[in-house]
Amino acid sequence: MGAGTAIGRVRGLGAAKGGVVHHWWLQRVTAVANLALVIWFVASLVRLPSLDYGSVVAWLRQPVAAVPMLLLIGSVFWHFRLGVQVMLEDYLHGRQRVIALLALNFYAVAGGVAAVFAVLKIAFAGA
Amino acid sequence: MASRPTAPRPLSPHLSIWKWRVHMVVSILHRATGQALAFGAVLIFLWWLLAAASGVEAYRTFQAVVVSPLGAGVGVGLTWVLFQHMGSGIRHFIMDAGEGYDLATSRRMGLATFGFSALATILTWLAVLYGKGY
Repeated sequence: MGAGTAIGRVRGLGAAKGGVVHHWWLQRVTAVANLALVIWFVASLVRLPSLDYGSVVAWLRQPVAAVPMLLLIGSVFWHFRLGVQVMLEDYLHGRQRVIALLALNFYAVAGGVAAVFAVLKIAFAGA
Repeated sequence: MASRPTAPRPLSPHLSIWKWRVHMVVSILHRATGQALAFGAVLIFLWWLLAAASGVEAYRTFQAVVVSPLGAGVGVGLTWVLFQHMGSGIRHFIMDAGEGYDLATSRRMGLATFGFSALATILTWLAVLYGKGY
């Protein structure tokens, strides 16, 4: 806590003691990343000659596809975790909210890890 | 942890009170499309990746579901949902910068998100159908 200016003394002392600005900012950071990565993803799928098994796997084996895919997974799963949290906090209270937020964290982390594992498995299988 | 009030208390005005306006629809849709993406598109995306990682048979099962009429309908729907969320998300970037709050601009930006999502959905699917030779 700053001993100097008034703003320095009150920073981080909101209702949630500092987590809110971080949440708000990360929602924007991941939104910007999502915008670029999702456009790349949709454009890549459209440009693939086919969406069958062979084409998709051959595409994901290339580092230029696997690395952005991993970034996309990180950004998208983080972004929706933050967004769903805001929704749950608006509509649920007390015990229900705690359980729902716990489930959300499990869903986001488990889903993200599964997606990353799938990409790595495909990417490294050809090496 | 907020505890529920025991006696009914006055509530602030909600959806049934306000006249529907463009910015209100766009705002509500931003939340709704976000949830649809988080639980719909994300699960399909996961299935797609895990199927591709599992082998030809698993991928063929996924593909059969996706090209079925129901699957294609959900696919087109979620594409619109994605672009609508993207459009209203860009609107949020502009509003975070403190711009576009006057009534005329607010309305135009709201309408622009619908134009963007409709156009982007149609162009994406035309490109898919044309490019993949269906």
